Formats: sequence, C-alpha cells, structure tokens
Amino acid sequence: MKLVTAVIKPFKVEDVREALEKIGVHGMTVTDVKGYGRQKGHTEIYRGAEYVVNFQPKSRIEIAVAEDRADEVVELIVQSARTGKIGDGKIFVTPVERIVRVRTGETDRDAL
Amino acid sequence: MTFKFARGGLLALALLAPAPAFAAGSPIDAADTGFMIASTALVLLMTLPGLALFYAGMVRRKNILATMAQSFGATAVVSLLWFAFGYSLAFRGDGAAIGDLSATFLSSIGVETVSPLAKTIPEMLFMAYQMTFAVITAALVGGAVADRLKFSSFLLFCGIWLFVVYIPSAHWVWGGGFLQRWGLIDFAGGTVVHINAGVAGLVAALMLGNRQGFGRENLAPADLSLAVIGCGLLWVGWFGFNGGSALGSGSRAVYAIVATHLSACSGALVWCLLEWKSRGKPSVLGIISGAVAGLGTITPASGYVLPWQGALIGAVAGVVCFYASTSLKQRLGYDDSLDVFGVHGVGGILGTLLAGVFATAAVSASGSDPGISGLLQGNFGQFVAQVEGVAVTIVWCVIGTWISLRIVAVATGLRVSPDQEREGLDLALHGESMGG
Repeated sequence: MKLVTAVIKPFKVEDVREALEKIGVHGMTVTDVKGYGRQKGHTEIYRGAEYVVNFQPKSRIEIAVAEDRADEVVELIVQSARTGKIGDGKIFVTPVERIVRVRTGETDRDAL
Repeated sequence: MTFKFARGGLLALALLAPAPAFAAGSPIDAADTGFMIASTALVLLMTLPGLALFYAGMVRRKNILATMAQSFGATAVVSLLWFAFGYSLAFRGDGAAIGDLSATFLSSIGVETVSPLAKTIPEMLFMAYQMTFAVITAALVGGAVADRLKFSSFLLFCGIWLFVVYIPSAHWVWGGGFLQRWGLIDFAGGTVVHINAGVAGLVAALMLGNRQGFGRENLAPADLSLAVIGCGLLWVGWFGFNGGSALGSGSRAVYAIVATHLSACSGALVWCLLEWKSRGKPSVLGIISGAVAGLGTITPASGYVLPWQGALIGAVAGVVCFYASTSLKQRLGYDDSLDVFGVHGVGGILGTLLAGVFATAAVSASGSDPGISGLLQGNFGQFVAQVEGVAVTIVWCVIGTWISLRIVAVATGLRVSPDQEREGLDLALHGESMGG
C-alpha cells in the first residue's frame, strides 16, 4: 500500500477529486496548508508598512491506495492539478505499513 | 373593519395632538431635544461598536478581544466619572481655567434645568451628549498603544487623563474658558477630541515603546472586514457628532452634516488614489483611513463652512494624513499601532487651522449675530486664534498625558510582560480567545 500526498493549488482540489472519482478512488483527506517552494511569497502593504508573506496557501491531499494503483493515481493528479505556471505543487509517494478501518476493524486492502 | 380602523386612528390622533412636552413658558424645544437625543445615541454608536470594530479589525488575531475591551472599558469608566464630577468641572461655572462643582453627581440638574451653553434642550441631555464625546476621546487613545498596554493601566489612564487633559480642554474651548474667550472656533472637537486623542496617543506610544517585532515581523491586520464595518458606523455616527454640535435641529446642523459627509468622501478618494499611484493598488485600509481622516479633519470646521469647502478640506486631509501615517511615521520610527496621531492628531491640527481659513460668516450667522469669518473673508485674527488654540492644546496634552502615564506607571505599570505580549492580550489578560 502507498500513501500519495499531493500539495497543490487550492482551486484545483475539486478537479483532482472528480478525476479520482472517475477511476474509482473514493476517499481522500484534504488540509489547508501554507508553504513555499520556487513560487516564494508576496508583499502586503498596510498604511505604508510592508510585510513579505513567505508562505503561500496550498491544499494538501492525502490518498491511501493499493500498491499497483499508485502510479495511475499520481499520473491523474499531475494531469488534473497542472496549470503550467509556477506553484503547481508537488506529489510525494510513501509506503504504508498498515491501514485499519475504525468502524469494522478491517485491515489493509480491505480497509481501503 | 374600516370602522374599527377609523376609530383607532381617531384615538391615536387624540393622544398625539395637544400634548405639550414641557410646562408652558419652558425654553425647552421639542425638535431640538429630539434631534439631540438621536445625536447622543449616534455618538455613542461611534464608540460602541464603531471604534471597537474599527480598531479590533486592524490588530492581530490574538489581540482582537482585548482591543474591543478598551472601547467598552473607556465607556464605562469615563461615563461614571463624567456623571460624578466631569460634567460639572467642564461645563459649569465661569472660570477661565476650569468649571466648578455645582453639579457633581448631577444632583442639581432638574427636569426643567437648561444650561446657558445649550439654551433649548434639557441640561441633562447636554450633559449626556457631551459625555459621549469624552468617552470616544479616551477610547481613541487606546489605538496608539494597542497590542501592549495592560487593561488595568488603560482603565486607570482613562480616569486620570479625563481630569488632567480632557475636562480642562473641554472647558477652555466649549465651557467658557480662556481659549473660547480668545476667539478659538472648534465646532465639534478638532482640539478637544482629535488633537487630544492623537497627541496623547503619540506620547503614550513613545512612552511604552514599540511592539515586539515592529519593523521585522508581520503585524498585518487580522480582519480588515471588521474595520470596514467599524468605519461605516463611525461615518454615520459622525452625523450626530458634527450635526449635533449645533446643539439644535436647525440649518446649521444640516450644513455641518453635509460638509462632514463630503469631507469623508473626498478624504477616502484622495487617500485611495495616492496609494493607488504610489503602491500600485487601492487598498481597502486606505479607503477607510482616508474617510476617517476626512471626518476628523472637518470636525472643527463643520458648522462654519460651505459644502464645497467641506469637500476641499477632506481632500487636503487625504493628502496630509496619508503622508503623516506612511512616510513620516516610518521616517520617525515610532510605533503608533493604529495611527491615532497620523489620522486624528494631524487631522485635528489641520482642521482647526483650516476652520480659521474657510469659516464663512453666513453659515454661523443667526439673528443679529453676524457669524464667524475666516482668513478667506479677510479675518486674519480668526486664523491667529486657531493657531493659539492648536498650540495650547498640544502643549497641555503632551504635559498632561505624560503626567497621567507616569502616575499609571507607578500604580499599575504600563506594559504587559514580553511573554504576555507574545501570547496575545486576549488570552493573557482576559482569559479568552477568538478560537478557531
């Protein structure tokens, strides 16, 4: 099993969700996060006081998938979250040791 | 049904028709009284919740509640002290420096009592109206030291500063004191309210020192939408502040309101355009700051000037207060958190001087009184009186505020601890937070 973590532009979350829904991935966790990569921040001015805001608002999507579907999911996120402009985000894929569904106690693939 | 309505209507008419509100021969005028009751409510609305929202929207999230607490605290402390001694010392008696104690606890003010300073309304109403001015002036000062002054110290400061600075100033300018005798005109408080609040704010900001992280960390406003709502309430409330300063419901009140509104409009627009040009974007904070600058600056001149002069004064306020709150403040390096000096202090000075330039006799004339003319109508003496009034107000406010804060410093201290400041005053002082 793999955990696919994608940090993307917030307005792309719905596109990604729809694309994943179509290939039968039913479930994800979305968090509002802040950070920066190459995009850097922006400047805000309040009555002449300038503040550089280094962190950009992003959305982090986490999806647990079966090992053989990870590449497909990653490819789909890349396609649906891409704008081609700087700041489109990154995707991390990590191995998962165990998954448990809280309601039933089912584990691993059964819990997906 | 029709019959019932007709009977109801007749009954209502009978109740409304011959009901003299006051005893025959009373000088109290119903229209003036009604207008002044409404104006009193409007001016209180400027503080609660107008100023509370305006200020709270400009601080960081961890200090929103503490900033609101200042406006409510100032209202409670100042109102009670005004009732006990303040009104009497400011508006009773004929001393050049201070009033007397003839109306302490308002006990000598009966239902038919009328003040010689407001001849057509109950003195109790005049007292209440003036009370709301004292309240907002003290509350305004808090903005300069937001994010770092202890709440206990602020309450104590309000009580002391009211007697040391506000009450003498109100007596000198409006209560028959020496500045009024020297000919100073100040319709609604360029000196008494705005210079006093602005200069006291500056002195307090200098005495407390800058906020932690000033000039390095991000001190951006947490929720400017609150400040926008607050500014809207201030703007509308200002109709009572300046219009009500006519102390009656006639044309002069209307002229004051029109000049006030036009000044706010041009102040907002000019500040916004300057920012647009110099920074590339017209900020919302700039629009509301310009509006308040226009409102504060027209305050002493409203009731003396024509509509076009009101619009012009607002435009000048937009330019001058913009530079005072941005370039000048940065060059000097002081941390007046919410620009009480840059907007109210500078606006008050500017407006009091401009009142002496633009005063147009026809606006303030009544009956045999020819009205007040300013520099433009050839009365140089009026401008001199304005300069004197501004100078005296600034000097006394600096001294009085310094004395008040020294007393507070000894009694309760001034500043919260560095840890409390980092944690935020909401949690550190009030044990509450905005949650989320």
